[in-house]
Amino acid sequence: MLDIKNLQVTADGKQILNGIDLHVNAGEVHAIMGPNGSGKSTLARALAGHPEYQVTAGEVLYEGRDLLDLDPDERAREGLFMAFQYPVEIAGVTNAYFLKAALNAKRKHQGLPELDAIEFLQLSKAKAKLLQIDQGMLNRAVNEGFSGGEKKRNEIFQMALLEPKLAILDETDSGLDIDALKVVADGVNGLRGPERAIIVVTHYQRLLNYIVPDFVHVLSGGRIVKSGDKSLALELEQKGYGWIEAA
Amino acid sequence: MAQVADRLQPWLATLDGRPRGGSRWLQDLRDRAASRFVELGFPTVRDEDWRFTNVAPIASSEFRPAPAARVDAEALKAFVYADAPLRIVIVNGRFAPELSRTSGLPTGMRFGSLAAASTDHADVVGRYLGQLADSEQRAFAALNTAFTHDGAYLFIPDGVVLDQPLQLLFVSAGDPGQPATMSHPRSLIVAGDRSQARIVETYVSAPGAKHFTNAVTELVAGEGAVVDHYKVEEESVDAFHIASMHIHAARSSNVSTHAFTLGGRLVRNDIIAVLDGEGAEATLSGLYLADGNRLVDTHTTIDHAKPHCPSHEVYKGIIGGNARAVFNGKIIVRQDAQKTDAKQTNRALLLSDHATINTKPQLEIFADDVKCTHGAAIGQLDEDALFYLRTRGLPFAEARDLLIHAFAGEIIDRVQIEPLKRALEAELYAQLARDLAEVDAA
Repeated sequence: MLDIKNLQVTADGKQILNGIDLHVNAGEVHAIMGPNGSGKSTLARALAGHPEYQVTAGEVLYEGRDLLDLDPDERAREGLFMAFQYPVEIAGVTNAYFLKAALNAKRKHQGLPELDAIEFLQLSKAKAKLLQIDQGMLNRAVNEGFSGGEKKRNEIFQMALLEPKLAILDETDSGLDIDALKVVADGVNGLRGPERAIIVVTHYQRLLNYIVPDFVHVLSGGRIVKSGDKSLALELEQKGYGWIEAA
Repeated sequence: MAQVADRLQPWLATLDGRPRGGSRWLQDLRDRAASRFVELGFPTVRDEDWRFTNVAPIASSEFRPAPAARVDAEALKAFVYADAPLRIVIVNGRFAPELSRTSGLPTGMRFGSLAAASTDHADVVGRYLGQLADSEQRAFAALNTAFTHDGAYLFIPDGVVLDQPLQLLFVSAGDPGQPATMSHPRSLIVAGDRSQARIVETYVSAPGAKHFTNAVTELVAGEGAVVDHYKVEEESVDAFHIASMHIHAARSSNVSTHAFTLGGRLVRNDIIAVLDGEGAEATLSGLYLADGNRLVDTHTTIDHAKPHCPSHEVYKGIIGGNARAVFNGKIIVRQDAQKTDAKQTNRALLLSDHATINTKPQLEIFADDVKCTHGAAIGQLDEDALFYLRTRGLPFAEARDLLIHAFAGEIIDRVQIEPLKRALEAELYAQLARDLAEVDAA
């Protein structure tokens, strides 16, 4: 599904990713771990197409297509979703309006009929219930005045509605209490399936107790320095990142 | 002074032809204003209040006083609001009874021609007309007063609560290609104690018409009166529009005024609100769209003269093309005005690299126990918000339009008159769509 080869990325003229190689098949869950400043979030943002990150070398194939050639919105309509580490507040636009527009943009792209207001409401209510998310959230402005936990839940809610093929979670677990963490994990686990792939970017192992990854990669200095299965995450939890950086 | 008079040469002849007659006091008011205007002359960019707005194109033009004209009711359909059964229409500064609907007013209420009221309601008109609009200091107000003959008059007796909105529709009738005309519409609104009303002032002209509208509105809100006022300016993009709105708010009254500026080549709106009784509250909000080579200048003054008065001010502008905007928000807190709570926000969205705004908050605080906040935010669309929307699949143009509409929506949502709100949305979004199509093509 996703094939990253020698990806090098700069931001603000500073090289952050120094050649990432990563292969993700449909049906897999990959965890990307690493110390602060290792480039985890840069990888997530570059894959989503953030304009502040310039790809200087390498290639990314998504379902056989050149992902880097697509605009951020095209990537989204093709099934890529990134849950933001810091979701953006948008005053004056309700979640319901925004998500209906987003969902319909995608449906249009897929050649499906657009949902009307009632169909959207039914669908979003069902998803909200499934994730135990307060439906009142739908009528509030996007992330405005949301607590940190609410913002992250909202990201997962959006993900559940948009049903991406490839979901990238950029430190969605940071700052969450255990209840919110479970909501996030339920949302992600609900999405797991043979036709989808998930990349979980996280600093801590805790989330991986709930979203059990097939592979764990450790990023350091803009490179993947170690890959393994879920036991690698536990090892990192015990030993910290020091031994990786020293290696 | 001689120099000022020299520059005013063509205007002196026009002033000589100003309206005569009517009551003695009105004649005196006009004469005093005319002499004062000649002394003041037009403001120049050397005047602090006009630094960024050069009115030389007005001062150096010759405008013929707009003649009496008839307008087809059909032509005005787009500008009258279905649920405003009461309206007065002023064409070229003159009350047009055939277009107005003023029947079935509550006992004692007056809604109609200012000229008529200056004789048959002279005690009230004489008491208030020209009391708020300062012809001594303000050249355009003096010019308006010198020409004051007819206009709109609204008197709401004490305790009368109007559940239907009232509309004042000002039409500059003149066609493109005709010599430029000017009119000086005057409105006097007296809202009695504990009265309540929603009032819409609308200024329109034919597309492409060249004219100069110099409007003055005085609004007196009695004790406990609640007045919700809207001004919609959608004149020709070749029009000059200079207007001042003067508000006097008595104890415990609540006045809000919302200005929507969608037309005009050079538009200047002055709003001066005096909170002159304890607990009086004022809300000033505005939304303007400036594009092409247009200039939209807003100067507001909220004068907190008495204690415990809250004021809320939010102005937003969308500026594209080579357009310019000016926003100057002055808040005065007098020595007596303890416990003042004043909040001012000014935001502008620049759609092009050539669009500019000059913005300035101006706080003059003479009391010590007050809360005054102000903030200005000028800039392009929020890149992070744009990216966020796009990562959810919205194409760039759709994401951008959504953010711009949300920006404007905060002000439009304040409109309490549903048909007006819909009309404003439709007009604003249509104009925005044209502007953004230009941005996309560039």
